[in-house]
Order: sequence, then C-alpha cells, then structure tokens
Amino acid sequence: MNVLLEPFAYEFFRNGMIASVIVGAICGYVGVYVVLRRMSYIGHGLAHALFGGAVLSTIVGVNFFIGAGVWALVNAVLIHLISHRRLVGADAAIGVVTTSSFALGVAVVSTYRRFTLDFEAALFGNLLGITATDLWVIALTSTAVAFVMIVIRHQLLFSTFDPEVAPVYGISTNRTELIFILLLAVTVVASTRILGVTLVSAAVVIPPVIGRYLTQRFQTLLVITPVIGAVCAATGMYLSYFIDISSGAMIVLTFALVFFVVGGRRWLRGSR
Amino acid sequence: MLSDRVQLDAPRNEPVTTQKHTDRVHHVHGRLHGHRHAEGREWSERGRPIVELVDVSSGYRQTLGIADVNLKLWPAQFLAVVGPNGGGKTTLLRTILGHIRPRQGRVMVHGTAAGGSALGAVGYVPQLEQIDLSFPITVEEVVLLGLSRQRRWFRGTSAGERDRAHEILERLNILELRQRQIRELSGGQQQAAFIARALLGEPELILLDEPTSGLDIRSRDEVVHFLHEINHSGVAILITSHDLNWVAAHLPWVVCLNRHVIAEGDPQEVFTPAVLGETYKGEMVVLQHGDMIMVGERPHSPNGR
Repeated sequence: MNVLLEPFAYEFFRNGMIASVIVGAICGYVGVYVVLRRMSYIGHGLAHALFGGAVLSTIVGVNFFIGAGVWALVNAVLIHLISHRRLVGADAAIGVVTTSSFALGVAVVSTYRRFTLDFEAALFGNLLGITATDLWVIALTSTAVAFVMIVIRHQLLFSTFDPEVAPVYGISTNRTELIFILLLAVTVVASTRILGVTLVSAAVVIPPVIGRYLTQRFQTLLVITPVIGAVCAATGMYLSYFIDISSGAMIVLTFALVFFVVGGRRWLRGSR
Repeated sequence: MLSDRVQLDAPRNEPVTTQKHTDRVHHVHGRLHGHRHAEGREWSERGRPIVELVDVSSGYRQTLGIADVNLKLWPAQFLAVVGPNGGGKTTLLRTILGHIRPRQGRVMVHGTAAGGSALGAVGYVPQLEQIDLSFPITVEEVVLLGLSRQRRWFRGTSAGERDRAHEILERLNILELRQRQIRELSGGQQQAAFIARALLGEPELILLDEPTSGLDIRSRDEVVHFLHEINHSGVAILITSHDLNWVAAHLPWVVCLNRHVIAEGDPQEVFTPAVLGETYKGEMVVLQHGDMIMVGERPHSPNGR
C-alpha cells in the first residue's frame, strides 16, 4: 500500500497530479466544441504556433504564460481573420499561420542553442517541474475559461450546431467563433507547460471522441468528457511515476488506450 | 404528340403580361388589392407588407444573385419562390434575413431595414442538407434553440417555455419524439422539428429554404400539412422550392425567379410553358387536368428531332 501512495509524498508529484487533472478536465470541456465544430486541426496548429512564443518569451525574459499567451492570442486572431476572409479555407489559414510561427521558434532555437533544455520542455512538457505559481496560473485560467464557456453556452451550442441560422436568433457566429478560438488559445497555453506543444492537442481531441462513443447526448457529453480527461490524465501521471516514461507522453498514451478500448468495444458490438 | 400545354379538361386563362417594374415581369391577373383566397386562407394586401423589396440587386462578391427584384409579402400570405439552381432563391432569402446587404434598392422587414431588430418576427428553416444531422442533439434541444433571443447569461429554460415547446411539438405530431436524437427522425419529422424551432419565437413570417428537398412523397405531404396548419394560424410563409408539381398542387401564390422576377401569381395561371421556359431557360411541358397541373421537361428525341 505504501508503495502505491509513495509518489504522493513528493510535492513535485502532487503539483503535477493536480495540474494534470485540471488540464485534462478543461481540455476535455473545450474539446467537446472543438470536435463538434470540426476544429481539431486548430487546436493542433495553435499548440505548434505557441512554440514560437515560448521561445521568444524565454529569450526576451518574459514570463512563459504572458509571452506565450500573447503570442497564442495573436495567432488565434490571425487564423480567425484569414479564414473568415474566405480567400483561403480555415485549414489553409491554420497551416500558414501556425507553421510560420513554429518555424520562427525553430529558427530562434537554432541561433540560441544554449536554451535547448527549456525548448525541450516547451515541445514535450515538463510536468514534474510545475511550481505552486504555475499551479495557480493553470487553475485560475482554466476556471476563467470554463466560466466564460458556461456563460456563452447557448451561443456556442447554436453556432456549432446550425451556424447559418444562429444569426437569425441574434447570435453573432463570427463573434462567438472568435471568443471560442481565444478561449482555446488560453487553454492551450495553460496546458502546454504540462503536455508540451506536440502533445496538447491529444488532450483536446481524444477525450471528446471517447465521450462520443459513450453518449449521444450533448449535455451528457459536456459532463463526462472533462471527467474522462481528468481521470485519464491522473492515471497517466500516476503510471509515469512507476513506468518511468515522460509524464506528458504517458498521459496521451492513456487517452489513446481508453480510446482504443472504448472504440473497439463499440466496433465489436456494431459488427455483431 | 404533346402540344406545349396539353388541355385534358376545361380551357384555362392565359397569363397577362404587364410592363410593371421590368419588361420581363408577368403579373398574372395582377394583384387584387383586397383579399385573396388560398385553400381557405385569406390574406390582406391592405396596410403594411411584412417584407418589401424595392428594386433590389444582391449577391455574393462579384456575382449578382438577384437583380431589380420587387416583391411584397403580406401578413398570412403563403408564397413559393421557384427557379433554377443559381437563379437567386437562396440569395433572396439571405437578403431578406439581412445576411447579405443589397447592392441596390431597399429591403424592409416590418417597415425597418432587414437584419437586426427586424428579425425578431422572422423564423428561418434552412435546407436539411446544410445541417450536421450527426450532431448529438435531441429534438427538444433543437426546438429550445428557438428561445436563444431570450436566453442570455445564466438564464435557463423556464417551465412555461418548455410547455410552449411541447405544445408546438404536439401540434406538429412529434411530441413523443422529443427525447430522440434528431438524426433518428424521418426527413419530414426533422423538417417539423426545425419548423417547431422557428415557431417557438412566435414569428409572423417563416422563411423555408427548399423544405421538401430530399424528402419522399409521404414526408413532403407531412411538411405541406404542417405548413398549411401554421399558415392557417396567421403566420406568413415564404418557401423556395424546386418541386414545381408540389408547388402547383399545394401553394396559392408563386414567384418565378431567375435573377429577375419572371412572373408572379397563382400557380394555375403562372405555370405556362412560356413563363417556365423563360424561368428555366428550357422547353417545358405543362399538362392540365381540371384543377391539377403537371409540369415536366420535354423528352429528348433519340435522333435529336
């Protein structure tokens, strides 16, 4: 029994565990709309774009959350504006903005090689290096994101389900989409410290897909997806202590395992 | 051999062409300024129209979807707009909704410019094909979206609002399906759910884009039944349709649109080979049997004759 509780004796583990539960839950909640809006690529792209901001904030000496946060918001607005000009599709707009931003980060890294370790943390996360301050920032930003999403839940639902008709009922789909992409950017920034830019999109996309396998009701989906995200993240974090695998990778592998188990069960039932 | 308009029964009046608005507009029997009868429903052309388009030209980017369109829709009127693909039917609806700003002319809804507050009295039902029907949402949730104008911040749905939604669902015969996923319903029932959403806002006008598109005969029959019932309660309805025979059989007033308004009037009078030929830019055959008319294309001869 002591062996099982051993990791909780360490503060770094407790911080990491709390952070991963919060991030798993908020990514899952935001992810419901990301998946239903078919915006998975935006979550992936925004996370990659963040790398440029993370690198620049390290070099300039600005706090990661502020530097990367501003960078992510600028990228989110750019993606929104380009895709709404309708000159190019949203996928192409994301491709242009996020790969440019990522390439900028890579270019800076190749110039300032002494920052390699920090950049590895930006790429793959550093769950075990979460400080109490990081934990507060993650908790407050996640609460703020959840609060705003609950306030605009009617607008989000209508503009996600039927964007053409929503304006007839006084809902600005354009404004709702901009608010949502900014909330997604904030979520990605809060989660990157834990999962890194390369893995964060998994936390946004996989739990809602698992949720869709388990329920066909939207309101239920909104409740179970954050629970799935939090439980999988906690499980992954816990297992990483014993298996000695990178925590971020273990969390994503746990998401993937649950996805294949639940999806496989559904497939077997359907094929019978 | 079929003539252009095959008379299977009594002779019919030919359309009257007027020179109003543009040279191309046929005003069949003109507009009677008084009362019109439509399957038992009357509408008045006195007072203020719900929708009024005056010399409206509108479209997306460089393309002009509609040009020089003049149209009035009166309270409790039931009107269909027919025309070819790309003829401007959807552009017309979106212009009335204020989604597209007209390049020329003015669009008035309830006496104010289209869009914004004018939309309070308008319900809109889009084409089913444009909706992601795999979305995990129940019929009741779809209908309650119709309260979005009133639902702000943390306000949920009151018991009274839910009861009203249930009343409408009962009226449209889908109350027992309210907890079912929208994708589990037949096409006609799905259309009824979206009509119920539009009705929940208590509109004076409902716009429907191709409400019978992709539906089988039974579902189309259900839809026309719903629409007539709604119209009988005093709600004006404007639909777009490709289904000329459905329009001819069920609707009292039709506008033929191909960028311009080609003709307007009772389908019995408007659906002539000349008007439909000009609307669809092709040869059309119109068969008549009593009050029933059937529209078809002229079959191509194998040797091109």
